[in-house]
Amino acid sequence: MSMLSGWGRFPKVECHVVTARSEADVRAAVLASPLIARGNGRAYGDAAMNRGLTLDMTGMDRMLSFDDGVLVAEAGVLLGDIIHTFLPRGWFPMVTPGTKYVSLGGAIAADVHGKNHHIDGSFRACVDWIDLMGPDGTVTRLGAQDDLFHWTLGGMGLTGVILRAQIRLRAVETTFIRQETRALTSLSETLTAFESTLDAPYSVAWIDCSDGPHHGHSLLLLGQHATKADLSAGTPPLKVRHKGKLPVPFGAPPFVFRGVWLRGINGVYWLRGAKRAGTRLVDWDSYFYPLDALNNWNRAYGRRGFIQFQCALPLNTATAGLAELMQAIAASGSGSTLSVIKRFGPQSGHFSFPMPGYTLALDFPATERSLALMEQLDAITLAHQGRFYLAKDARMPEAVAKADPRAVAFAAMRAQAGLTDRFTSVQSERLGL
Amino acid sequence: MSGGPVLILGAASGMARAVARSFAEAGHPIQLAARNKARLEDDAADLRTRYGAEVTLHEFDALALDSHGDFVATLPALPEVAVCAVGAMGTQDGSEADPLAATHVMRSNFEGPASVLAHLANAMETRGSGTLVGISSVAGDRGRATNYVYGAAKAGFTAYLSGLRNRLTKKGVHVVTVLPGFVNTAMTEGLDTPGPLTAEPEEVGKAILNAVEKKKNIIYTRSIWRVVMAVIRNIPEPIFKKLSI
Repeated sequence: MSMLSGWGRFPKVECHVVTARSEADVRAAVLASPLIARGNGRAYGDAAMNRGLTLDMTGMDRMLSFDDGVLVAEAGVLLGDIIHTFLPRGWFPMVTPGTKYVSLGGAIAADVHGKNHHIDGSFRACVDWIDLMGPDGTVTRLGAQDDLFHWTLGGMGLTGVILRAQIRLRAVETTFIRQETRALTSLSETLTAFESTLDAPYSVAWIDCSDGPHHGHSLLLLGQHATKADLSAGTPPLKVRHKGKLPVPFGAPPFVFRGVWLRGINGVYWLRGAKRAGTRLVDWDSYFYPLDALNNWNRAYGRRGFIQFQCALPLNTATAGLAELMQAIAASGSGSTLSVIKRFGPQSGHFSFPMPGYTLALDFPATERSLALMEQLDAITLAHQGRFYLAKDARMPEAVAKADPRAVAFAAMRAQAGLTDRFTSVQSERLGL
Repeated sequence: MSGGPVLILGAASGMARAVARSFAEAGHPIQLAARNKARLEDDAADLRTRYGAEVTLHEFDALALDSHGDFVATLPALPEVAVCAVGAMGTQDGSEADPLAATHVMRSNFEGPASVLAHLANAMETRGSGTLVGISSVAGDRGRATNYVYGAAKAGFTAYLSGLRNRLTKKGVHVVTVLPGFVNTAMTEGLDTPGPLTAEPEEVGKAILNAVEKKKNIIYTRSIWRVVMAVIRNIPEPIFKKLSI
């Protein structure tokens, strides 16, 4: 038995863990016991934990073939592995979340999104097919023509065990991103800026949700892959360095996440960003994965861990909904240290998170006070026809998740296909999926 | 070293996979050898896909001693480096209850590896170059109640490697003894291993590549084990026999 948690280190659950190193290992596990597959443990909450059997897929980390940007790999391969292998050859993931330590299987199960969702969609956009092991141990190759494919993308590992997949990478000329930073001073300014930059390949904004004088100030970061012509002479276009990581040895004291400290951190961050507004070249690692540079940054919140909150709101209610969410956070005084806002493009799939509109991602220390605030945020989100990201969730009540009719349909599909009792996680039990 | 072929014996293990990746990344052609070689196809594909390595698969049974001579003679090329990752831990309880099970552990960890390395050693000695790497274990440094059958076999293997090194050093052949502590692989699954003492297979793979390139004799992974085992070896027997460690 091992004590497991998601990346947020909350909740912690005692689980029996078995590592799979081959398809035969996975089959033996699937036939033996109800289970959930786990990749690199980067989902924040309890999505990849099952007390009875958690199947660690990181032992299945083989890349099986690569041809002209088309990669076949096992589910335990990390996105970072793919980058280190293929970026020097001029290829980069089509869609990447904010960490490169996510496994391929995890990226598929959560149908993760990146800063280019408004243009390219979620991770599914690059997935040609998936090999999925069902409850009887048989393996089916699923493509876009299969209904189960669209339940599996975003299905949080609850439709079977993802063994391997074929994905398409994006051709890039260089490892650099041309980043433009715009310093903005209100939510409405930020949303207007998003709407006027829909042609930017990558866009994301950090926004101040504290109750300080900079409430609503934001830094909008736009990006596009730099071409060779953008580089100064002599810069190698496709050199990938192995960077060391800075350890986060211990947590910050809890008061840092409240009041004057939080206002200070947010204010300083904005002023620093505003001073550096404009266009510059940034290397891929700093642009896409700023937090990966800190090893175990999740420890910064100390032993209790932290909770993420991420919702999406439809376009027509987003302006009012986001303002209300941000006011509730500011009023609580326990504001989020890192609040990120992003424009989403069209919805796809049966149960994936993104919807056309805006998403707001927040993190809070795992305290009673934060949990109470998050209930408020749940209510505001639902009142604005929003939905929640299961890869971040660690504490939602079933009724909140089931307010999304797709969750009800997902549970019904699982019951009908005989999956409910075979592929289960602490999260699926909590949410009745 | 000029990117000559590297033979991995017992290639199906997690540690062997990591060792093969390290050498393939460094530009060596790889020969993977294990029982039922068909299950190595995905590993071969992985080395080709990641590193563009040349990979060949070879049927090899560590316990079929009669076959070892032919096995070495029929390799496509005598390897520049041969890494022996063959081994089986068994369980101490099983080995105590059934002496035949204990014999299997001893044969898998000592007799089989020693036999195949003997053939490779002779061929490399004749050629006058090469490196042999034996993956032994810190468990061989002192017999303990919790795993002395495995430990005894590894102690034998460690002594064997030491002797080979002594014999071959004048003949241009180098021998590396690898003493891993806990490594996060199938072998240690279910054991509660302390984090700071537990290496990832990738660390061991890199350490072995480095040891071969720098001609190191004996390496501990992680190096903290050198200290831990120095302490354990030096506990006086009257005290040691009463400890449970």
